[in-house]
Amino acid sequence: MSTFWSMWIIVLTAVTIAGCTWLLFANRKIEASSEETENGEAPKTGHVYDGIEEYDHPLPGWWFNMYLGTVIFAVVYLVLYPGMGSYAGVLGWTQTGQWQEEVDAAEEKYAPIYAQYADMSVEELIANPDAIKMGRRLFNNNCSVCHGSDGRGSYGFPNLADSNWLYGGSAADIKASITHGRQGAMPAWGAVIGEESVDNVAEYVFNISGREHDAAKSEKGVQVFATYCAACHGADGSGMAAIGAPNLTDGVWLYGGSPSLVRHSIRNGRKGNMPAQADKLKAEKIHLLAGYVYHLSKNQ
Amino acid sequence: MKHEIIEKNIGLMIVLIVVAISFGGLAQIIPLFWQAETTEPIEGLKPLDAMALEGRDIYIREGCHVCHTQMVRPFRAETERYGHYSVAGEHVYEHPFLWGSKRTGPDLARVGGRYSDDWHLAHLYNPRDVVPESNMPGFSWLFENTLTGKDTAAKMTALRIVGVPYTDEDIANAAVPFSSGEVKEVDALVVYLQQLGTLLTRKR
Repeated sequence: MSTFWSMWIIVLTAVTIAGCTWLLFANRKIEASSEETENGEAPKTGHVYDGIEEYDHPLPGWWFNMYLGTVIFAVVYLVLYPGMGSYAGVLGWTQTGQWQEEVDAAEEKYAPIYAQYADMSVEELIANPDAIKMGRRLFNNNCSVCHGSDGRGSYGFPNLADSNWLYGGSAADIKASITHGRQGAMPAWGAVIGEESVDNVAEYVFNISGREHDAAKSEKGVQVFATYCAACHGADGSGMAAIGAPNLTDGVWLYGGSPSLVRHSIRNGRKGNMPAQADKLKAEKIHLLAGYVYHLSKNQ
Repeated sequence: MKHEIIEKNIGLMIVLIVVAISFGGLAQIIPLFWQAETTEPIEGLKPLDAMALEGRDIYIREGCHVCHTQMVRPFRAETERYGHYSVAGEHVYEHPFLWGSKRTGPDLARVGGRYSDDWHLAHLYNPRDVVPESNMPGFSWLFENTLTGKDTAAKMTALRIVGVPYTDEDIANAAVPFSSGEVKEVDALVVYLQQLGTLLTRKR
C-alpha cells in the first residue's frame, strides 16, 4: 500500500475515533446541579407536549461506559491487528498466516498417517481396514459424485465395483486412471458410414454379445465392423484396454444396451472423460483411493 | 454544543449524517480502487471467451449465484474441499462479480475441470440422475434454447468500456462460435463452469 493511502486510512480512522470520543464527552452531563435537585426532583429540559414534561437526566452510567468501552476496544484492536494502513499490528496477524497455521497443524497430525500407508503397496492396502476406511471417506468426498457412493456408477459413469474394466483393473492401472485421468474417444460414425450401416453394425454387435439380433443385418454388419470398429474394439470385439475401447461381447453397456442407445453410440460417438486428479489431489490420497477402488472390485 | 441546531434543521442533519457514515466507506472502500492486489489480474487471467461469456450470463439469468458462491475462504476446511482460496486478482474482469453470499449448493469457484462435461450435462438436466440426494432444480430448457451470439459482441464492447481487455478481433469474432446454429445454452454454461478457478491450483 502506498504511503498516501496508508496515511489516508490512518487519518480517517483516527479522526473517526477522536470524533466519536469528542461527541460523547461534549454531550456529557455529569449530574444535575445541586440547587435544581433540592426538592428531590431532576431538572426539566423545558420541553412540554400535551402537558407532559421531559426530565433532563445525565446519560446512564452503563450506557456511557459501554460507549467508552467500544472506543477503548477500537484503539486496542488497531494496536494489535492490522487496520491502520500499512501498519501490520503488534501480533503480526494475517488471514493467510492463520490459514497456513491451520494447514501446518493438520499436516503435522495427518502426515504420519498418510506416510504409513504410502509405504504399502495398493495390494497390501486392501488388507488394512483402516486404510480402506480412509479410502472410503476420500472416495465419498471426491469420486462418489460421478461413480456413486457405492462405486457402482450410473449411465455414462463406470461401475467400479465389478470386475469389468475399460482401462484395466490391476492396482497400477487403477492408480494410473485416477492420477492421469482417462479420455475416451469413440468417434461419431453416423456421417461416415451412413444410417443403414449403423443399423447393420449394431445388429452385428448384438450378435457377438450373444443377444437377439437380425441375422441378415448382422451379416451385412460384419464388413463394416472389420473396416471401422475392429481397429479399436479388436477383430473379435473384445476391446482394447490400452485405449479404453470396451469389450462389446460381455453384455456390459456403459451407455445403455438398448438398440436405440447402441445405435446412438455408434452414430454420435462417445467421449467419456475421467478428469485427472494429479493436480487436484495429493499423491498419498490418490494412493489410498486406488486401494479403496481396488478393494471395491475385489470384494464385489 | 447546541444539538438543537442540528435537530431543528433537517437539511443540515441529512448532510451531517451523510458525512458521518461516509467515513467508513472512505477508509475501507476507496483505497481498494488503487491497490495492486485488488486491481491487477493474476498471472494468466484472460477475459472470458465468447462461449464462456454467454455461459456466464446464463449462470446469472438462472440465478445460480443465489445458491452457489464463488468464494473459497482461507480456512483449511474450505481449501481441503475446494482447493486454493480465492484471491481478488482472479475477479478483476468480472462485472459484476458472482461471489454470492449463501451456499445452498457447494462453492463453484474451483469447479472447473473437476467433473467431466458429460457429468455437467447429466447433472444440469436432472441433478438427481447423478446425485440422488441433490435438491438442485433441473434446467432442462437449457438443452432446447439455442444461442445465436447476436449480442455477444455488444456485451464484449460494454465490458471493454469498464476495463476488460477484449481486443477488436475478439469482438469481431464474437458470434463465430455460435455460427453452426446448434450451440445450446447448456453448452455455453458448461464451457463457463469448466474454466472457473482453473488458474490457481493447490493440491487438496
